[in-house]
Amino acid sequence: MTARETFDRLAEKFPQFALAYVEGKDPAILVQGDNLVELAQQLRDEQEYDYCSSITSVDYPDHFEVVYHLYSWKKEGGPVILKVHADREDPKVPSVVSIWRGADWQEREVWDLMGIHFDGHPNLTRVLMWEGFEGHPLRKDFPGTEDEYAFG
Amino acid sequence: MTMLKTETVTVNLGPQHPSTHGVFRMIVTLDGETIVGLEPVVGYLHRNHEKIGEKNNWIQNTPFTDRLDYISPMSNEFAYVLAVEKLAGIEPPERAKYIRIIMVELNRIINHMVAVGFLLNELGCFFTPMFYALRWREFLMDLYEMTAGSRMMPNYFWIGGVAADLPEGFLPECKELVAALPGFIDEYERLITDNEILQMRCRDVGILPPDVAVAYGCTGPLLRASGVPYDVRKAEPYSIYDRFDFDIVAGTVGDVLDRYLVRIAEMRQSVKIVEQALRDLPGGETATPKKKTFRPAEGDVYHRIEAPKGELGFYLVSDGSVNPYRYKIRSPSFVNLQALPYMCKGHKIADAVIILGSIDITLGEVDR
Amino acid sequence: MQSIQGILEFVDQIFVNLSLWFSSLLANYLPDWGVTFIMMFATVLVLVIFGLASIIWINVFERKLLGRLQDRYGPNRFGPWGLLQCVADMIKLLTKEDITPSRADRLVYNLAAVVPVVATFLVLAVLPFGRGMVAADLNVGFLYIVAVGSLGTIGIFMGGWASHNKFALLSGVRAVAQMISYEIPMVLSVVGVLLLVGSLSMVSIVEAQGDWRLPFVVLQPLAFVIYFTAAVAEVNRSPFDLPEGESEIVAGYHIEYTGIKFAMFLLAEYINAFSICAIATTVFLGGWQGPILPSWAWFFIKAYTLYFVLIWLRGTLPRLRVDQLMNFAWKTLVPLALANLMLTALLAKLVPAHSLVGAVAYLLVNIVVIVCIALVKYPGWKRGKREVVLVPRSTAPQARGS
Repeated sequence: MTARETFDRLAEKFPQFALAYVEGKDPAILVQGDNLVELAQQLRDEQEYDYCSSITSVDYPDHFEVVYHLYSWKKEGGPVILKVHADREDPKVPSVVSIWRGADWQEREVWDLMGIHFDGHPNLTRVLMWEGFEGHPLRKDFPGTEDEYAFG
Repeated sequence: MTMLKTETVTVNLGPQHPSTHGVFRMIVTLDGETIVGLEPVVGYLHRNHEKIGEKNNWIQNTPFTDRLDYISPMSNEFAYVLAVEKLAGIEPPERAKYIRIIMVELNRIINHMVAVGFLLNELGCFFTPMFYALRWREFLMDLYEMTAGSRMMPNYFWIGGVAADLPEGFLPECKELVAALPGFIDEYERLITDNEILQMRCRDVGILPPDVAVAYGCTGPLLRASGVPYDVRKAEPYSIYDRFDFDIVAGTVGDVLDRYLVRIAEMRQSVKIVEQALRDLPGGETATPKKKTFRPAEGDVYHRIEAPKGELGFYLVSDGSVNPYRYKIRSPSFVNLQALPYMCKGHKIADAVIILGSIDITLGEVDR
Repeated sequence: MQSIQGILEFVDQIFVNLSLWFSSLLANYLPDWGVTFIMMFATVLVLVIFGLASIIWINVFERKLLGRLQDRYGPNRFGPWGLLQCVADMIKLLTKEDITPSRADRLVYNLAAVVPVVATFLVLAVLPFGRGMVAADLNVGFLYIVAVGSLGTIGIFMGGWASHNKFALLSGVRAVAQMISYEIPMVLSVVGVLLLVGSLSMVSIVEAQGDWRLPFVVLQPLAFVIYFTAAVAEVNRSPFDLPEGESEIVAGYHIEYTGIKFAMFLLAEYINAFSICAIATTVFLGGWQGPILPSWAWFFIKAYTLYFVLIWLRGTLPRLRVDQLMNFAWKTLVPLALANLMLTALLAKLVPAHSLVGAVAYLLVNIVVIVCIALVKYPGWKRGKREVVLVPRSTAPQARGS
């Protein structure tokens, strides 16, 4: 099933959600943050995308973006890619831990390094940096030259 | 009769420990010798690899990926190079593709030898199986040194091919080694697999049911030993894996013994692949011509391979400049480690160490 | 012929003659009680020096043999063939900084390093190293060994407790549980031999084997196996080295010890391992008896052969887990030892002593018991061999998701 077909089927199922189709080498489905959990539930239960491979965060100049790559272990082939935008001031995205248990540490890593808060995560603490570290290192505005480094 | 009031003890299998595969900490809550809770703490080896990757340009990142999973460096380079080639639309020549497959499958054998050797070391065999496994790993490292100049950080793959052609002595030596490896694996199995104490220690220890494994996002030998025959080489074939004939190895129960047996069997499958690649190796160039600066088109791409430890994926975002805009590594050890508390509950503290050994993590990859 | 006999006799009794000469030398200057006094000290001194010196070649022997098992040379840099490696180790350990944890119980901590060594050397006092070469021929020899050998356990537990370290405590607890459990089959298996001998003295055990003209391993093979297994667990050697399980609890009870105190623990472990080999030699393999070579040479050959087996076990077998260890002791070894004891007692009444017929009877009964056990256990051994499933990669590759 190609990504276009998956998108069409989802758009048909959820006409009330504002889904958009993002072209590119890896076509993706753009989802609003509020609709994420329900869409994910649908993907896991109906279409058997029960393996959440990777949760990534990207720091664009005007927004944050969280990218989910979903696979199915029964169906071979490419992933279903979901993208969620979050605004720069107070980035919040609902957590999908209740749907895929493997999202636990990946969301903690996104929180730790990029600062995007996941609502509903049971234990959103820092995983790679030490407790008590201030700041989120992977953001583009985190000091990057040696004389600006902040050592916690 | 009133119950005795007992307390649980919290023990730190601390960052410095001979069996935790690096600086890794487990906070274990014990009731006598039984584990009631386990919390892994990672981040002791965090080197902020991803941010440094954004500062490097695309070509400088290739040797940088060697440092991720330092036991199997060729696989890291392979994944990165394939992702960049997908982004830029470059197709390497045929000979380079075959050479890459040979290197990566030899790397799988190296990694599994280390994994199996150190698992048996943690069982208490006092280094003997480890030395036997590492002896053969040395022969494979000699091949790497001959080709790439370095045993552990080879820096051999380039975007668009491989760095240099195979030297003259490589093919005969590789053929000889590949002919001798199944004999070695047989000897290893004969010596230790049917040992009563090994069977007693490893059977039904650390069982991971298949649905839990998939929910946690585990991949690699950990997932296949639980009975789910999912291998990226088969599910989404990349490079030229669809031209080779090999089997996917799956276990039945999902305990430590199954993971050990799966790794031994995967070594044999890798030997099969290398034999076929050596047989079909074509002539030709080994790299596409290089430009002075490398600027791939804008866009984002995610490419994954079946690294020896699981699914290794790179998510790359390019904005048309010489540096990556976002460089993210989906490392198998980081995601597999989430299953550790589930597997260890109810077992003894001695089992926690072998369960960790059977997941096969490398801290360079977990912490990046 | 006479002269060869004379030379062999001379070499055999060389140490006994030396001590007699020394005491006669002293008798010229000192009264009787003085001579006895000085001789006691001299004997103890010789034993202690022997124990300490034998560490040198035992340690190198062990490390070189382990190295050869692991396809490498052992230590081969210091001294010819690495023979002086132990001297280098001792110098290193003696010059290390002596660290005591701040909250450790100081007196118990320091004492715990000494107790296992003392216990070990006390055991060496009743072992007959050759014909007429025993430091103290107690007529409760074996009981003395059992009593004094248990002192080592107290030392280990003291070390584990006083270190104020959870790992050390865990290991101390494991050590006590293990050593108490394995004490019982160890003692019970030797009681069968004592029934045949009729006395507890180690010297009379060796002489009884001379009367039977056969070592007791022929009469009591099952007891020998049980004794050896239980004794390996007693002295915390692999595969039973849980108290110092290096890969789990990082050195266990001696985790907080450095320098000379650590060296004391190591010393106690090596000499303990040697003493159980020596006891096994005395009780089961005929002690110092053997043709041509001097008696003390035979004793050491047999003891070191058993030590070779100990090293072999260490380099080959994985470690047991603590509950499996306990199961093995209580559910397997103790019933076997009791069964062996009952059968020996029965046969001792039925069969004439010191006769070949008797020996054959004992051997046959033991073989029958071993075969019965094997037949009962065999179906368990053949439990399903675990295999992996090979899923062929023969399906056509899917169209790649666009």
